[in-house]
Amino acid sequence: MIEIKGLSKKYGKFTALQPLDLQIDAGCVFGFVGQNGAGKSTTFSILATLLAPTSGTATINGADIIKQPKEVRKQLGYMPDFFGVYDQLKAEEYLDFYGASYGIPAAQREKLIPQLLELVNLSHKRKDYVDLLSRGMKQRLCLARSLIHDPAVLILDEPASGLDPRARIEMREILKELKNMGKTILISSHILPELAGMCDVIGILDQGKLVAQGTVSAIQQQLQSEKIISVKTFDVQKTIAFFEENPRITKIEVLEEGKAIQFLFKGGDEEQQALLKTAIQKEIPIISFSEMESNLEDVFMEITKEVEFS
Amino acid sequence: MNPVLNKELKLRFRSGKTFVGILFYLLALTLLMVALMYVLRTSSPSGFFKPQESRLMFMFLAFFQLGLVLFITPGLTGGVISSERERQTLSILLTTTQSSFTIVIGKLLSSISYLVLLILASLPIYSFVFLFGGISPTQLAQVFFFSLFTMLVIGSFGVLFSTLIRKTIVSMVTTYSVALFIVAGTAVISLILFQIADIYAVATPKKVPSVYFSAMFNPGIVLADIFEPTVSEQIKEITGIKFPIWAAHLITYCMVIVLSLTISVRNLRANMKKGS
Repeated sequence: MIEIKGLSKKYGKFTALQPLDLQIDAGCVFGFVGQNGAGKSTTFSILATLLAPTSGTATINGADIIKQPKEVRKQLGYMPDFFGVYDQLKAEEYLDFYGASYGIPAAQREKLIPQLLELVNLSHKRKDYVDLLSRGMKQRLCLARSLIHDPAVLILDEPASGLDPRARIEMREILKELKNMGKTILISSHILPELAGMCDVIGILDQGKLVAQGTVSAIQQQLQSEKIISVKTFDVQKTIAFFEENPRITKIEVLEEGKAIQFLFKGGDEEQQALLKTAIQKEIPIISFSEMESNLEDVFMEITKEVEFS
Repeated sequence: MNPVLNKELKLRFRSGKTFVGILFYLLALTLLMVALMYVLRTSSPSGFFKPQESRLMFMFLAFFQLGLVLFITPGLTGGVISSERERQTLSILLTTTQSSFTIVIGKLLSSISYLVLLILASLPIYSFVFLFGGISPTQLAQVFFFSLFTMLVIGSFGVLFSTLIRKTIVSMVTTYSVALFIVAGTAVISLILFQIADIYAVATPKKVPSVYFSAMFNPGIVLADIFEPTVSEQIKEITGIKFPIWAAHLITYCMVIVLSLTISVRNLRANMKKGS
Protein backbone atom coordinates (compact mmCIF):
# COMPACT_ATOMS: atom_id res chain seq x y z
CA MET A 1 0.00 0.00 0.00
CA ILE A 2 1.24 3.46 -0.87
CA GLU A 3 0.19 6.50 1.10
CA ILE A 4 1.22 9.95 -0.09
CA LYS A 5 0.57 12.98 2.11
CA GLY A 6 1.14 16.53 0.89
CA LEU A 7 4.13 15.51 -1.20
CA SER A 8 5.57 18.45 -3.11
CA LYS A 9 8.77 19.41 -4.89
CA LYS A 10 10.09 22.84 -5.74
CA TYR A 11 13.25 23.81 -7.59
CA GLY A 12 13.78 27.40 -6.56
CA LYS A 13 10.66 29.21 -7.68
CA PHE A 14 9.60 26.45 -10.05
CA THR A 15 7.06 24.02 -8.64
CA ALA A 16 7.57 20.58 -10.14
CA LEU A 17 4.96 18.94 -7.93
CA GLN A 18 2.16 20.65 -6.03
CA PRO A 19 1.11 19.06 -2.73
CA LEU A 20 -0.09 15.59 -3.65
CA ASP A 21 -2.33 13.37 -1.55
CA LEU A 22 -2.91 9.87 -2.74
CA GLN A 23 -3.66 6.43 -1.43
CA ILE A 24 -3.01 3.36 -3.52
CA ASP A 25 -4.25 0.05 -2.16
CA ALA A 26 -2.20 -3.12 -2.21
CA GLY A 27 -2.55 -5.00 -5.50
CA CYS A 28 -3.87 -1.94 -7.32
CA VAL A 29 -2.49 -0.83 -10.68
CA PHE A 30 -2.38 2.96 -10.69
CA GLY A 31 -1.70 4.80 -13.92
CA PHE A 32 -0.16 8.25 -13.91
CA VAL A 33 -1.00 10.20 -17.02
CA GLY A 34 0.50 13.52 -17.89
CA GLN A 35 2.44 15.47 -20.45
CA ASN A 36 6.20 15.90 -20.27
CA GLY A 37 7.06 17.96 -17.21
CA ALA A 38 3.72 17.23 -15.53
CA GLY A 39 5.48 15.86 -12.46
CA LYS A 40 5.20 12.10 -13.00
CA SER A 41 8.93 11.34 -12.95
CA THR A 42 9.43 13.73 -10.02
CA THR A 43 6.79 11.84 -8.02
CA PHE A 44 8.36 8.51 -8.93
CA SER A 45 11.89 9.71 -8.08
CA ILE A 46 10.69 10.85 -4.66
CA LEU A 47 8.95 7.54 -4.00
CA ALA A 48 12.06 5.65 -5.18
CA THR A 49 14.13 7.53 -2.53
CA LEU A 50 16.18 9.30 -5.20
CA LEU A 51 14.87 12.77 -4.53
CA ALA A 52 13.94 14.54 -1.32
CA PRO A 53 10.50 16.18 -1.34
CA THR A 54 10.22 19.85 -0.43
CA SER A 55 7.32 19.02 1.84
CA GLY A 56 5.13 16.09 2.76
CA THR A 57 5.99 12.46 2.92
CA ALA A 58 4.97 9.04 1.71
CA THR A 59 4.99 5.52 3.03
CA ILE A 60 5.39 2.33 1.10
CA ASN A 61 3.99 -0.67 2.95
CA GLY A 62 4.37 1.36 6.12
CA ALA A 63 8.00 2.40 5.51
CA ASP A 64 8.59 6.14 5.40
CA ILE A 65 10.55 7.30 2.35
CA ILE A 66 12.48 9.89 4.37
CA LYS A 67 12.99 8.13 7.68
CA GLN A 68 13.38 4.55 6.41
CA PRO A 69 14.79 4.77 2.87
CA LYS A 70 16.56 1.40 3.06
CA GLU A 71 13.33 -0.32 4.10
CA VAL A 72 11.52 1.43 1.22
CA ARG A 73 14.16 0.19 -1.25
CA LYS A 74 13.50 -3.38 -0.10
CA GLN A 75 9.79 -2.96 -0.84
CA LEU A 76 10.23 -1.21 -4.14
CA GLY A 77 11.20 -2.15 -7.67
CA TYR A 78 11.96 0.92 -9.76
CA MET A 79 12.29 1.27 -13.50
CA PRO A 80 13.12 4.83 -14.60
CA ASP A 81 12.06 6.34 -17.92
CA PHE A 82 15.67 6.65 -19.08
CA PHE A 83 18.16 4.10 -17.90
CA GLY A 84 21.51 2.73 -18.89
CA VAL A 85 22.75 -0.80 -18.79
CA TYR A 86 26.22 -2.25 -18.40
CA ASP A 87 26.79 -3.28 -21.98
CA GLN A 88 29.70 -5.60 -21.29
CA LEU A 89 27.71 -7.77 -18.90
CA LYS A 90 25.69 -10.74 -20.04
CA ALA A 91 21.94 -10.68 -19.33
CA GLU A 92 22.21 -13.14 -16.45
CA GLU A 93 25.26 -11.34 -15.03
CA TYR A 94 23.34 -8.09 -15.14
CA LEU A 95 20.59 -9.59 -13.00
CA ASP A 96 23.15 -11.31 -10.78
CA PHE A 97 24.84 -7.99 -10.03
CA TYR A 98 21.60 -6.37 -8.93
CA GLY A 99 20.61 -9.47 -6.99
CA ALA A 100 23.90 -9.22 -5.09
CA SER A 101 23.26 -5.49 -4.62
CA TYR A 102 20.04 -6.38 -2.79
CA GLY A 103 21.94 -8.85 -0.62
CA ILE A 104 20.35 -11.97 -2.12
CA PRO A 105 22.58 -15.00 -1.48
CA ALA A 106 24.35 -16.47 -4.54
CA ALA A 107 22.54 -19.84 -4.33
CA GLN A 108 19.17 -18.09 -4.30
CA ARG A 109 20.17 -15.85 -7.20
CA GLU A 110 21.08 -18.88 -9.27
CA LYS A 111 17.54 -20.20 -8.96
CA LEU A 112 15.85 -16.82 -9.28
CA ILE A 113 17.52 -15.49 -12.42
CA PRO A 114 16.27 -18.17 -14.85
CA GLN A 115 12.74 -17.67 -13.47
CA LEU A 116 12.88 -13.92 -14.02
CA LEU A 117 14.31 -14.31 -17.51
CA GLU A 118 11.50 -16.73 -18.24
CA LEU A 119 8.94 -14.21 -16.97
CA VAL A 120 10.19 -11.51 -19.34
CA ASN A 121 10.71 -13.94 -22.24
CA LEU A 122 14.49 -13.59 -22.30
CA SER A 123 15.54 -17.12 -21.35
CA HIS A 124 17.11 -17.63 -24.77
CA LYS A 125 19.22 -14.48 -24.28
CA ARG A 126 20.66 -15.25 -20.85
CA LYS A 127 24.20 -15.70 -22.17
CA ASP A 128 24.04 -12.71 -24.54
CA TYR A 129 25.79 -9.45 -23.80
CA VAL A 130 23.37 -6.68 -22.92
CA ASP A 131 24.62 -4.43 -25.74
CA LEU A 132 23.45 -7.07 -28.25
CA LEU A 133 19.85 -6.91 -27.02
CA SER A 134 17.20 -4.83 -28.76
CA ARG A 135 15.63 -1.87 -26.99
CA GLY A 136 12.53 -3.86 -26.15
CA MET A 137 14.65 -6.65 -24.70
CA LYS A 138 16.64 -4.17 -22.64
CA GLN A 139 13.38 -2.74 -21.29
CA ARG A 140 12.25 -6.24 -20.33
CA LEU A 141 15.61 -7.02 -18.78
CA CYS A 142 15.35 -3.82 -16.74
CA LEU A 143 11.87 -4.89 -15.65
CA ALA A 144 13.28 -8.26 -14.57
CA ARG A 145 15.98 -6.34 -12.70
CA SER A 146 13.37 -4.37 -10.80
CA LEU A 147 11.75 -7.67 -9.75
CA ILE A 148 14.94 -9.38 -8.56
CA HIS A 149 14.26 -8.80 -4.86
CA ASP A 150 10.57 -9.66 -5.19
CA PRO A 151 9.27 -6.19 -4.26
CA ALA A 152 5.67 -5.67 -3.26
CA VAL A 153 5.50 -2.37 -5.15
CA LEU A 154 6.65 -1.61 -8.69
CA ILE A 155 7.24 1.88 -10.01
CA LEU A 156 7.48 1.86 -13.77
CA ASP A 157 8.17 5.20 -15.44
CA GLU A 158 6.99 4.92 -19.04
CA PRO A 159 8.06 1.31 -19.48
CA ALA A 160 6.76 1.14 -23.04
CA SER A 161 8.27 4.36 -24.37
CA GLY A 162 10.30 3.99 -27.52
CA LEU A 163 9.17 0.45 -28.15
CA ASP A 164 7.76 -0.84 -31.43
CA PRO A 165 4.13 -2.08 -31.40
CA ARG A 166 5.11 -5.72 -30.95
CA ALA A 167 7.43 -4.94 -28.04
CA ARG A 168 4.67 -2.82 -26.47
CA ILE A 169 2.24 -5.71 -26.63
CA GLU A 170 4.85 -8.01 -25.04
CA MET A 171 5.49 -5.48 -22.27
CA ARG A 172 1.74 -5.12 -21.67
CA GLU A 173 1.34 -8.87 -21.36
CA ILE A 174 4.15 -9.04 -18.78
CA LEU A 175 2.58 -6.22 -16.79
CA LYS A 176 -0.75 -8.03 -16.80
CA GLU A 177 1.03 -11.07 -15.42
CA LEU A 178 2.60 -8.95 -12.68
CA LYS A 179 -0.82 -7.56 -11.85
CA ASN A 180 -2.10 -11.12 -11.51
CA MET A 181 0.82 -11.84 -9.16
CA GLY A 182 -0.64 -9.24 -6.83
CA LYS A 183 2.00 -6.56 -7.20
CA THR A 184 1.04 -2.96 -6.50
CA ILE A 185 2.04 -1.12 -9.66
CA LEU A 186 2.48 2.57 -10.30
CA ILE A 187 2.89 3.12 -13.99
CA SER A 188 3.13 6.19 -16.16
CA SER A 189 2.70 6.36 -19.88
CA HIS A 190 1.84 8.52 -22.82
CA ILE A 191 0.10 5.59 -24.40
CA LEU A 192 -3.21 6.34 -22.77
CA PRO A 193 -5.45 3.65 -24.25
CA GLU A 194 -2.94 1.07 -23.01
CA LEU A 195 -3.14 2.42 -19.48
CA ALA A 196 -6.93 2.39 -19.70
CA GLY A 197 -6.82 -1.30 -20.47
CA MET A 198 -4.69 -2.34 -17.56
CA CYS A 199 -5.04 0.22 -14.77
CA ASP A 200 -7.57 0.01 -11.96
CA VAL A 201 -7.23 3.70 -11.20
CA ILE A 202 -5.94 6.59 -13.26
CA GLY A 203 -4.48 9.87 -12.01
CA ILE A 204 -4.06 12.78 -14.37
CA LEU A 205 -1.19 15.10 -13.55
CA ASP A 206 -0.87 18.48 -15.16
CA GLN A 207 1.72 21.12 -14.34
CA GLY A 208 2.58 19.34 -11.13
CA LYS A 209 -1.03 19.04 -9.98
CA LEU A 210 -3.28 16.00 -9.76
CA VAL A 211 -6.26 17.27 -11.72
CA ALA A 212 -8.31 14.10 -11.85
CA GLN A 213 -8.31 10.73 -10.21
CA GLY A 214 -10.53 7.69 -10.33
CA THR A 215 -11.38 4.62 -12.28
CA VAL A 216 -11.17 4.89 -16.05
CA SER A 217 -14.96 4.87 -16.40
CA ALA A 218 -15.40 7.46 -13.65
CA ILE A 219 -13.02 9.84 -15.38
CA GLN A 220 -14.71 9.27 -18.71
CA GLN A 221 -18.06 10.12 -17.11
CA GLN A 222 -16.66 13.48 -16.08
CA LEU A 223 -16.86 14.49 -19.71
CA GLN A 224 -20.08 12.80 -20.58
CA SER A 225 -22.06 15.91 -19.59
CA GLU A 226 -20.31 17.57 -22.50
CA LYS A 227 -20.44 15.72 -25.79
CA ILE A 228 -17.99 16.37 -28.54
CA ILE A 229 -19.89 16.98 -31.78
CA SER A 230 -18.22 17.00 -35.14
CA VAL A 231 -19.93 18.71 -38.08
CA LYS A 232 -18.84 18.61 -41.72
CA THR A 233 -20.20 21.51 -43.74
CA PHE A 234 -20.03 23.34 -47.08
CA ASP A 235 -19.98 26.75 -45.36
CA VAL A 236 -17.95 26.88 -42.18
CA GLN A 237 -18.58 30.56 -41.39
CA LYS A 238 -22.35 30.23 -41.68
CA THR A 239 -22.31 27.04 -39.63
CA ILE A 240 -20.19 28.60 -36.88
CA ALA A 241 -22.46 31.65 -36.79
CA PHE A 242 -25.47 29.38 -36.29
CA PHE A 243 -23.95 27.23 -33.53
CA GLU A 244 -22.45 30.23 -31.70
CA GLU A 245 -25.97 31.47 -30.97
CA ASN A 246 -26.76 28.30 -29.00
CA PRO A 247 -25.95 28.69 -25.26
CA ARG A 248 -25.38 24.93 -24.90
CA ILE A 249 -22.41 25.05 -27.26
CA THR A 250 -18.86 25.98 -26.25
CA LYS A 251 -15.32 25.73 -27.62
CA ILE A 252 -16.00 25.68 -31.33
CA GLU A 253 -12.93 24.67 -33.35
CA VAL A 254 -12.39 24.55 -37.09
CA LEU A 255 -11.08 21.20 -38.40
CA GLU A 256 -9.83 19.75 -41.70
CA GLU A 257 -8.63 22.97 -43.29
CA GLY A 258 -11.96 24.72 -42.99
CA LYS A 259 -14.30 21.90 -44.04
CA ALA A 260 -15.45 20.80 -40.61
CA ILE A 261 -15.95 22.07 -37.08
CA GLN A 262 -16.02 20.48 -33.65
CA PHE A 263 -17.61 21.77 -30.45
CA LEU A 264 -18.68 20.79 -26.96
CA PHE A 265 -22.39 20.35 -26.44
CA LYS A 266 -24.10 20.32 -23.06
CA GLY A 267 -27.30 18.37 -23.28
CA GLY A 268 -28.98 15.05 -23.76
CA ASP A 269 -30.02 13.19 -26.91
CA GLU A 270 -33.29 15.15 -27.28
CA GLU A 271 -31.57 18.53 -27.18
CA GLN A 272 -29.03 17.20 -29.68
CA GLN A 273 -31.79 16.07 -32.03
CA ALA A 274 -33.49 19.47 -31.69
CA LEU A 275 -30.25 21.24 -32.52
CA LEU A 276 -29.81 19.25 -35.73
CA LYS A 277 -33.45 19.80 -36.69
CA THR A 278 -33.12 23.57 -36.26
CA ALA A 279 -29.92 23.62 -38.29
CA ILE A 280 -31.62 21.84 -41.18
CA GLN A 281 -34.66 24.14 -40.96
CA LYS A 282 -32.36 27.17 -41.15
CA GLU A 283 -30.69 25.63 -44.23
CA ILE A 284 -27.25 25.32 -42.71
CA PRO A 285 -25.32 23.35 -45.38
CA ILE A 286 -24.41 20.39 -43.15
CA ILE A 287 -22.90 17.30 -44.81
CA SER A 288 -22.54 15.22 -41.63
CA PHE A 289 -23.33 15.64 -37.93
CA SER A 290 -21.85 13.12 -35.49
CA GLU A 291 -21.09 12.66 -31.83
CA MET A 292 -17.45 11.74 -31.18
CA GLU A 293 -16.74 8.90 -28.80
CA SER A 294 -14.71 10.24 -25.93
CA ASN A 295 -11.84 7.98 -24.98
CA LEU A 296 -9.27 8.41 -22.27
CA GLU A 297 -7.12 10.51 -24.52
CA ASP A 298 -9.94 13.00 -25.07
CA VAL A 299 -10.58 13.10 -21.35
CA PHE A 300 -6.92 13.76 -20.73
CA MET A 301 -6.71 16.51 -23.35
CA GLU A 302 -9.89 18.11 -22.08
CA ILE A 303 -8.91 18.07 -18.43
CA THR A 304 -5.40 19.36 -19.03
CA LYS A 305 -6.75 22.04 -21.38
CA GLU A 306 -9.16 23.23 -18.70
CA VAL A 307 -6.28 23.58 -16.25
CA GLU A 308 -4.29 25.50 -18.82
CA PHE A 309 -7.20 27.91 -19.47
CA SER A 310 -7.89 28.43 -15.78
CA MET B 1 32.45 -9.69 -1.93
CA ASN B 2 31.34 -6.13 -2.56
CA PRO B 3 28.89 -6.39 -5.54
CA VAL B 4 30.17 -3.21 -7.19
CA LEU B 5 33.79 -4.38 -6.87
CA ASN B 6 32.87 -7.81 -8.24
CA LYS B 7 31.03 -6.32 -11.21
CA GLU B 8 33.73 -3.77 -12.01
CA LEU B 9 36.49 -6.38 -11.86
CA LYS B 10 34.47 -8.58 -14.17
CA LEU B 11 34.02 -5.71 -16.63
CA ARG B 12 37.63 -4.55 -16.50
CA PHE B 13 39.33 -7.89 -16.77
CA ARG B 14 36.97 -9.18 -19.43
CA SER B 15 38.45 -6.77 -21.94
CA GLY B 16 41.57 -7.89 -23.84
CA LYS B 17 42.79 -4.29 -23.77
CA THR B 18 43.53 -4.65 -20.06
CA PHE B 19 46.02 -7.42 -20.65
CA VAL B 20 47.54 -5.72 -23.70
CA GLY B 21 48.09 -2.68 -21.44
CA ILE B 22 49.88 -4.82 -18.85
CA LEU B 23 52.01 -6.42 -21.58
CA PHE B 24 53.12 -3.07 -22.96
CA TYR B 25 53.79 -1.67 -19.50
CA LEU B 26 56.01 -4.62 -18.60
CA LEU B 27 57.76 -4.43 -21.98
CA ALA B 28 58.44 -0.71 -21.48
CA LEU B 29 59.70 -1.30 -17.96
CA THR B 30 61.95 -4.16 -19.09
CA LEU B 31 63.36 -2.07 -21.94
CA LEU B 32 63.95 0.82 -19.56
CA MET B 33 65.78 -1.41 -17.12
CA VAL B 34 67.90 -3.06 -19.81
CA ALA B 35 68.79 0.37 -21.23
CA LEU B 36 69.71 1.62 -17.75
CA MET B 37 71.87 -1.43 -17.09
CA TYR B 38 73.58 -0.94 -20.43
CA VAL B 39 74.28 2.75 -19.80
CA LEU B 40 75.52 2.15 -16.24
CA ARG B 41 77.73 -0.75 -17.30
CA THR B 42 79.29 1.03 -20.26
CA SER B 43 79.86 4.21 -18.24
CA SER B 44 81.63 2.25 -15.50
CA PRO B 45 85.44 2.29 -16.06
CA SER B 46 85.81 -1.19 -14.56
CA GLY B 47 83.00 -2.60 -16.72
CA PHE B 48 81.34 -4.11 -13.62
CA PHE B 49 77.85 -3.45 -12.36
CA LYS B 50 78.29 -2.11 -8.84
CA PRO B 51 75.70 -2.35 -6.00
CA GLN B 52 75.56 1.47 -5.87
CA GLU B 53 74.58 1.55 -9.53
CA SER B 54 71.97 -1.13 -8.94
CA ARG B 55 70.53 1.06 -6.20
CA LEU B 56 70.47 4.03 -8.57
CA MET B 57 68.62 1.93 -11.12
CA PHE B 58 66.06 0.87 -8.54
CA MET B 59 65.51 4.48 -7.50
CA PHE B 60 64.98 5.45 -11.11
CA LEU B 61 62.41 2.69 -11.55
CA ALA B 62 60.69 3.61 -8.28
CA PHE B 63 60.29 7.25 -9.38
CA PHE B 64 59.14 6.10 -12.80
CA GLN B 65 56.46 3.97 -11.11
CA LEU B 66 55.40 6.82 -8.83
CA GLY B 67 55.03 9.01 -11.91
CA LEU B 68 52.93 6.31 -13.50
CA VAL B 69 50.70 6.08 -10.44
CA LEU B 70 50.22 9.85 -10.42
CA PHE B 71 49.50 9.88 -14.14
CA ILE B 72 47.11 6.93 -14.38
CA THR B 73 45.17 7.07 -11.09
CA PRO B 74 43.24 10.31 -11.88
CA GLY B 75 42.18 8.83 -15.21
CA LEU B 76 40.97 5.64 -13.59
CA THR B 77 39.19 7.18 -10.63
CA GLY B 78 38.14 10.65 -11.82
CA GLY B 79 34.97 9.33 -13.46
CA VAL B 80 33.89 6.39 -11.33
CA ILE B 81 30.67 7.96 -10.08
CA SER B 82 30.10 10.66 -12.70
CA SER B 83 30.35 8.14 -15.54
CA GLU B 84 27.64 6.04 -13.86
CA ARG B 85 25.57 9.20 -13.71
CA GLU B 86 26.22 9.97 -17.38
CA ARG B 87 25.42 6.39 -18.40
CA GLN B 88 22.16 6.67 -16.43
CA THR B 89 22.99 3.62 -14.32
CA LEU B 90 23.53 5.50 -11.07
CA SER B 91 19.87 6.07 -10.24
CA ILE B 92 19.16 2.35 -10.49
CA LEU B 93 22.21 1.55 -8.37
CA LEU B 94 21.02 4.01 -5.72
CA THR B 95 17.64 2.35 -5.45
CA THR B 96 19.26 -0.92 -4.37
CA THR B 97 19.80 -1.64 -0.69
CA GLN B 98 23.57 -1.15 -0.97
CA SER B 99 24.86 1.55 1.34
CA SER B 100 26.58 4.62 -0.10
CA PHE B 101 29.78 3.46 1.63
CA THR B 102 29.70 0.07 -0.12
CA ILE B 103 29.22 1.73 -3.50
CA VAL B 104 32.00 4.29 -2.97
CA ILE B 105 34.52 1.77 -1.61
CA GLY B 106 33.64 -0.75 -4.33
CA LYS B 107 34.19 1.91 -6.96
CA LEU B 108 37.51 3.07 -5.49
CA LEU B 109 38.99 -0.40 -5.04
CA SER B 110 37.88 -1.63 -8.43
CA SER B 111 39.29 1.40 -10.22
CA ILE B 112 42.72 1.11 -8.60
CA SER B 113 42.78 -2.69 -8.90
CA TYR B 114 44.20 -2.38 -12.41
CA LEU B 115 47.10 -0.28 -11.15
CA VAL B 116 47.70 -2.71 -8.30
CA LEU B 117 47.92 -5.48 -10.87
CA LEU B 118 50.38 -3.40 -12.94
CA ILE B 119 52.57 -2.85 -9.92
CA LEU B 120 52.42 -6.47 -8.77
CA ALA B 121 53.16 -7.67 -12.30
CA SER B 122 56.27 -5.49 -12.35
CA LEU B 123 57.68 -7.09 -9.17
CA PRO B 124 59.77 -9.71 -11.01
CA ILE B 125 61.40 -6.93 -13.04
CA TYR B 126 62.20 -4.99 -9.89
CA SER B 127 63.62 -8.14 -8.36
CA PHE B 128 66.43 -7.98 -10.91
CA VAL B 129 68.18 -5.52 -8.62
CA PHE B 130 68.63 -8.29 -6.05
CA LEU B 131 71.03 -9.91 -8.48
CA PHE B 132 73.41 -7.01 -8.02
CA GLY B 133 72.68 -5.92 -4.45
CA GLY B 134 72.35 -2.37 -3.09
CA ILE B 135 68.66 -2.65 -2.13
CA SER B 136 67.18 -4.47 0.86
CA PRO B 137 63.88 -6.37 0.65
CA THR B 138 62.52 -3.92 3.26
CA GLN B 139 63.21 -1.00 0.94
CA LEU B 140 61.51 -2.82 -1.90
CA ALA B 141 58.46 -3.45 0.31
CA GLN B 142 58.47 0.21 1.45
CA VAL B 143 58.51 1.44 -2.13
CA PHE B 144 55.60 -0.81 -3.12
CA PHE B 145 53.62 0.10 -0.06
CA PHE B 146 54.26 3.75 -0.80
CA SER B 147 53.05 3.36 -4.40
CA LEU B 148 49.86 1.70 -3.18
CA PHE B 149 49.33 4.41 -0.59
CA THR B 150 49.81 7.21 -3.15
CA MET B 151 47.35 5.41 -5.39
CA LEU B 152 44.76 5.42 -2.60
CA VAL B 153 45.34 9.12 -1.93
CA ILE B 154 44.89 10.17 -5.55
CA GLY B 155 42.10 7.62 -5.95
CA SER B 156 40.14 9.05 -3.05
CA PHE B 157 40.48 12.51 -4.60
CA GLY B 158 39.20 11.04 -7.89
CA VAL B 159 36.17 9.47 -6.20
CA LEU B 160 35.46 12.68 -4.31
CA PHE B 161 35.49 14.87 -7.41
CA SER B 162 33.53 12.39 -9.48
CA THR B 163 30.86 12.37 -6.77
CA LEU B 164 30.70 16.14 -6.42
CA ILE B 165 31.11 17.07 -10.10
CA ARG B 166 28.50 15.88 -12.59
CA LYS B 167 30.70 15.86 -15.71
CA THR B 168 33.37 13.18 -15.95
CA ILE B 169 35.73 15.33 -17.99
CA VAL B 170 35.61 18.18 -15.45
CA SER B 171 36.06 15.73 -12.59
CA MET B 172 39.10 14.15 -14.27
CA VAL B 173 40.70 17.51 -15.03
CA THR B 174 40.19 18.53 -11.38
CA THR B 175 41.75 15.28 -10.13
CA TYR B 176 44.71 15.70 -12.50
CA SER B 177 45.13 19.28 -11.28
CA VAL B 178 45.23 18.13 -7.65
CA ALA B 179 47.72 15.37 -8.52
CA LEU B 180 49.88 17.92 -10.33
CA PHE B 181 49.72 20.27 -7.38
CA ILE B 182 50.68 17.48 -4.97
CA VAL B 183 53.74 16.66 -7.06
CA ALA B 184 54.84 19.90 -8.67
CA GLY B 185 53.03 22.52 -6.60
CA THR B 186 54.26 21.33 -3.22
CA ALA B 187 57.77 20.79 -4.66
CA VAL B 188 57.90 24.37 -5.96
CA ILE B 189 56.54 25.75 -2.69
CA SER B 190 59.07 23.65 -0.74
CA LEU B 191 61.87 24.90 -2.96
CA ILE B 192 60.86 28.54 -2.52
CA LEU B 193 60.57 28.09 1.25
CA PHE B 194 63.90 26.25 1.23
CA GLN B 195 65.55 29.21 -0.49
CA ILE B 196 64.04 31.57 2.03
CA ALA B 197 65.25 29.26 4.80
CA ASP B 198 68.70 29.31 3.30
CA ILE B 199 68.77 33.13 3.37
CA TYR B 200 67.55 33.10 6.98
CA ALA B 201 70.20 30.55 7.93
CA VAL B 202 72.91 32.99 6.83
CA ALA B 203 71.38 35.95 8.64
CA THR B 204 70.29 34.20 11.81
CA PRO B 205 70.27 30.53 12.91
CA LYS B 206 66.46 30.65 12.95
CA LYS B 207 64.59 27.48 11.83
CA VAL B 208 61.80 27.62 9.21
CA PRO B 209 59.19 24.93 9.99
CA SER B 210 57.01 25.92 7.01
CA VAL B 211 59.30 23.95 4.68
CA TYR B 212 58.37 20.82 6.60
CA PHE B 213 54.64 21.43 6.22
CA SER B 214 55.00 21.89 2.50
CA ALA B 215 57.44 19.02 1.90
CA MET B 216 55.41 16.50 3.85
CA PHE B 217 52.68 16.66 1.20
CA ASN B 218 55.06 15.80 -1.62
CA PRO B 219 55.27 12.08 -2.45
CA GLY B 220 58.52 12.59 -4.38
CA ILE B 221 60.30 13.99 -1.32
CA VAL B 222 58.96 11.18 0.88
CA LEU B 223 60.04 8.55 -1.67
CA ALA B 224 63.51 10.12 -1.77
CA ASP B 225 63.51 9.94 2.03
CA ILE B 226 62.97 6.16 1.83
CA PHE B 227 66.20 5.81 -0.18
CA GLU B 228 68.34 8.58 1.30
CA PRO B 229 68.25 9.19 5.07
CA THR B 230 70.15 12.44 4.38
CA VAL B 231 66.91 13.93 3.01
CA SER B 232 65.18 13.82 6.39
CA GLU B 233 68.40 14.95 8.11
CA GLN B 234 68.44 18.03 5.89
CA ILE B 235 64.76 18.72 6.55
CA LYS B 236 65.33 18.38 10.30
CA GLU B 237 68.22 20.78 10.06
CA ILE B 238 66.25 23.42 8.16
CA THR B 239 62.92 23.13 9.93
CA GLY B 240 63.91 22.03 13.40
CA ILE B 241 61.10 19.43 13.36
CA LYS B 242 62.30 16.00 14.37
CA PHE B 243 59.12 14.10 13.57
CA PRO B 244 59.83 11.80 10.56
CA ILE B 245 58.50 13.35 7.39
CA TRP B 246 57.24 10.00 6.05
CA ALA B 247 55.12 9.58 9.19
CA ALA B 248 53.66 13.08 8.81
CA HIS B 249 52.96 12.26 5.15
CA LEU B 250 51.15 9.03 6.03
CA ILE B 251 49.10 10.53 8.86
CA THR B 252 48.07 13.61 6.86
CA TYR B 253 47.08 11.68 3.79
CA CYS B 254 45.28 9.02 5.83
CA MET B 255 43.12 11.84 7.17
CA VAL B 256 42.68 13.16 3.61
CA ILE B 257 41.57 9.71 2.41
CA VAL B 258 39.05 9.37 5.25
CA LEU B 259 37.74 12.90 4.70
CA SER B 260 37.44 12.50 0.92
CA LEU B 261 35.61 9.20 1.22
CA THR B 262 33.33 10.53 3.96
CA ILE B 263 32.33 13.51 1.82
CA SER B 264 31.82 11.18 -1.16
CA VAL B 265 29.59 8.85 0.87
CA ARG B 266 27.57 11.77 2.21
CA ASN B 267 27.11 13.30 -1.23
CA LEU B 268 26.39 10.18 -3.24
CA ARG B 269 22.71 10.51 -2.44
CA ALA B 270 22.82 14.30 -2.35
CA ASN B 271 19.37 14.63 -3.93
CA MET B 272 17.89 12.86 -0.93
CA LYS B 273 18.99 15.65 1.37
CA LYS B 274 16.29 18.05 2.46
CA GLY B 275 16.45 21.36 0.65
CA SER B 276 18.41 19.98 -2.30
